[in-house]
Amino acid sequence: MKKKTLSKSTWTYIVVILVWAVVMILQQAGALSSHLQGLLVPATYYAIVAVGLNICVGILGELSLGHAGFMCVGAFSSSLFSIAMQNTLPVGIRFPLAMLIGIAVAALFGFLIGIPVLRLNGDYLAIVTLAFGEIIKNILNALYLGVDSKGLHASFTSQMDLGLEADGTMLINGPMGISGTPRDANFTIAIVILLIALFVAQNLVNSRDGRAIMSIRDNRIAAESVGINITHYKMLGFVVSAAIAGAAGVLFSHSISTLQAGSQYFGYNVSILILVYVVLGGIGNISGSVLAAAVLYLLPELLRALSSYRMLIYSIVLIAVMLFNWAPAARNWRTKVAARLTKTFGRKERA
Amino acid sequence: MSQETTEKKPLLDVSNLSITFGGLRAVDGFQLQIQKGELYGLIGPNGAGKTTIFNMLTGVYKPNEGVILLDGQDITGHKTVEINRDGIARTFQNIRLFQDMPVIDNVKVGLQNQYHYSIAASIFHLGSYRKVEKEMDDAAMEFLKIFDLEKFRDYKAANLPYGQQRKLEIARAMATKPKLLLLDEPAAGMNPNETKELMDTIELIREKFGITILLIEHDMKLVSGICEKVTVLNFGRILRQGITKEVLRDPEVVKAYIGE
Amino acid sequence: MLSFLNYLISGISLGSIYAIIALGYTMVYGIAKMLNFAHGDFIMVGGYAIFTCMITLGMNPFVSILIAMGVCLLIGVGTEKIAYKPLREAGSPLAVLITAIGVSYLLENLALLIFGSNPKSFTSVVSWSGLTLAGGQLRIQGVTIVTIVVSLAVLLVLQWFVHGTREGQAMLAVSQDRGAATLMGINVNHTITLTFAIGSALAAVAGALLCSAYPTLTPYTGAMPGIKAFVAAVLGGIGSIPGAMIGGIVLGVIEILARTYISSQLSDAIVFGILVVVLLVKPTGILGKNIQEKV
Repeated sequence: MKKKTLSKSTWTYIVVILVWAVVMILQQAGALSSHLQGLLVPATYYAIVAVGLNICVGILGELSLGHAGFMCVGAFSSSLFSIAMQNTLPVGIRFPLAMLIGIAVAALFGFLIGIPVLRLNGDYLAIVTLAFGEIIKNILNALYLGVDSKGLHASFTSQMDLGLEADGTMLINGPMGISGTPRDANFTIAIVILLIALFVAQNLVNSRDGRAIMSIRDNRIAAESVGINITHYKMLGFVVSAAIAGAAGVLFSHSISTLQAGSQYFGYNVSILILVYVVLGGIGNISGSVLAAAVLYLLPELLRALSSYRMLIYSIVLIAVMLFNWAPAARNWRTKVAARLTKTFGRKERA
Repeated sequence: MSQETTEKKPLLDVSNLSITFGGLRAVDGFQLQIQKGELYGLIGPNGAGKTTIFNMLTGVYKPNEGVILLDGQDITGHKTVEINRDGIARTFQNIRLFQDMPVIDNVKVGLQNQYHYSIAASIFHLGSYRKVEKEMDDAAMEFLKIFDLEKFRDYKAANLPYGQQRKLEIARAMATKPKLLLLDEPAAGMNPNETKELMDTIELIREKFGITILLIEHDMKLVSGICEKVTVLNFGRILRQGITKEVLRDPEVVKAYIGE
Repeated sequence: MLSFLNYLISGISLGSIYAIIALGYTMVYGIAKMLNFAHGDFIMVGGYAIFTCMITLGMNPFVSILIAMGVCLLIGVGTEKIAYKPLREAGSPLAVLITAIGVSYLLENLALLIFGSNPKSFTSVVSWSGLTLAGGQLRIQGVTIVTIVVSLAVLLVLQWFVHGTREGQAMLAVSQDRGAATLMGINVNHTITLTFAIGSALAAVAGALLCSAYPTLTPYTGAMPGIKAFVAAVLGGIGSIPGAMIGGIVLGVIEILARTYISSQLSDAIVFGILVVVLLVKPTGILGKNIQEKV
């Protein structure tokens, strides 16, 4: 088992790198349409958030419907930093720092939101994370932030209200968001971030801390009875999950020209879309999330005919997968079939 | 302190333990002394309050009155997590394993508080990670061997046969290095063979670890077979307490059981 | 002062709609112990059903609402049978919740395919223009009054049903202890089906009122009000019928007043902030009861 998981995570890295290499070769050969090239970074950051969300759903066992909110704070905080440092730091230093800042801010929000949220569980936790995601989106959507010689000015009503001096700069222009973030991210950087996210997630799962988190998922009362500090480990899982979502947000904001806290980017529907990737890739299956996010994102974009039916198909598959994986009747049926197969082929059924 | 008084001081000393649920006194004036190394039985009809006592001993419920001393230390009102670190581990009437984790990882979670490396080592698998993980693997395998579970090490806990699941739960509890082990109906749902095997396992861990055990049981044969002393509980109160053979012959105890 | 009164009344009206939706949530949560994430989309289904009957087919509004209630009832009961019931014993609240999210997506995207993404402009089911008071300074729309009256009527009927009929008693029993209810000879499956039927039919009523008050109908019309109504149900105390009513009205009033006096951008943030505060300070809500996990 130990050997198997290790090699499985190694395989994931190899496949990701191979995909990257193939894409780079195709790009050099001019075989990629500009449409497809434009989809590469988004597909990768969706894969990254899916990895982050899977830590929350599959490893911690709690459903978050607010991960778009963590993407959102990661995107905004890193954008502000990059704009401020645009003329001061070279991109080779600026972007890694922006990345760290985005991750740190998302982790901080994960921690702060985790304090109230992790006291709840199940449906309540899901709906409260949704609430927090919407709160973040709404506040950033209503926020006007500017800077001038007198310092920072903030308002929730209008640009006029800021009372900026003539030399002042708008940083966040309400629903218009932030414009002018340097486009520091590209596909190669996105792949590197994805690899790091995978590395962190898979290592965590195979560690002392990861086991503690999973023990809470499997049985909170038993975990407590063997001395696992529930609050501590739930928080750890949640913060790591939020931090990875924040990293995706940094990629997002550094690959588009205008960053807006609109529903289409950071609403709860985005969180749900990512949840679809996680469920279809397999809850708790980290590499499955990457595959599902990449395929499910790219497929409808490439097959135009599919795109209007895309969400319909996903929703039906989602329901079917849940029923097949979780319904006791389906589980019994699978056990029976597995037993019959074992009998027929004499193979040993293992964990 | 002289040798004699330390020997007489019980490992677990519970006095006047009571709890009320919505006006109902579920446990009333419970008291119990268990000496180090003893195997003690707690029996009584359904609803007598046995599991409630376990839940108070392990911090799941807060008693309204009473004091719990473990090895002379007052642990009344400690949280469940702290109580495990104080030295009490337990199993559950309805088995509570970490279902989706491999058997060996169930035990490793029990070992958690004796082996440490930093969160950074967890996430980046730094130097200390490999060394400590190896130690944990070895320690966990020791436990699996004792409980004759080593061939199941990579099975998902949920896929174990019922009797083995009970054993794994005990193994996990023992991995936390407790002073006192609480077993909540360990033989429930077992066939006579499995029960026999369980009795042997309990004997084995007593020999190997010198562990003190408090056991809730319905199966009278099991209790009279292995427990030196018992407490009979009825309607939340102590009916009789003492040497197993004498207590089980007591007409009132017989009545309580036949009346069930 | 009069304008405040005006806002207050429209808050109560919006809150009454939330209350009707929240009733569906709270009953399903209390009895089937699940968060039916798709409940908000039943409202949208109801809205399109009424739109089709009333505007496309030119039927009487009242008949249209009855048909919509039937449609929603069938969809609600069908969803429960096909998607939720098989997972009832799955032992994971996540499984049912994720499935419910899938159902929500399914309904939204079906509506998108059938009716398109362009908003349909809805004609109010209430033709009465309303009251004009205080010499023309205070105008209360007909739909506002009807909404408030209907929600009160729904509350009274439900209270009578739950406390005064055999089926209602069975619901109470199942919500308190499903196992014990089974032992008492109550057909739990039947009771849960009935709960879904009532909740879904109410969603159609809510759809009629919502689309009459805010006359644009899209596949996503029901989603946000649905989530807010869940907030209302939690605020009032999940599982409590009068609680859903109180929670709904309080939430509606707060939302309208926040939109007017604080910021229209932030009113949703404030509504969700309330959810967070309630769950932290009094997770059982205004009228809810406490439940502890058995060890």
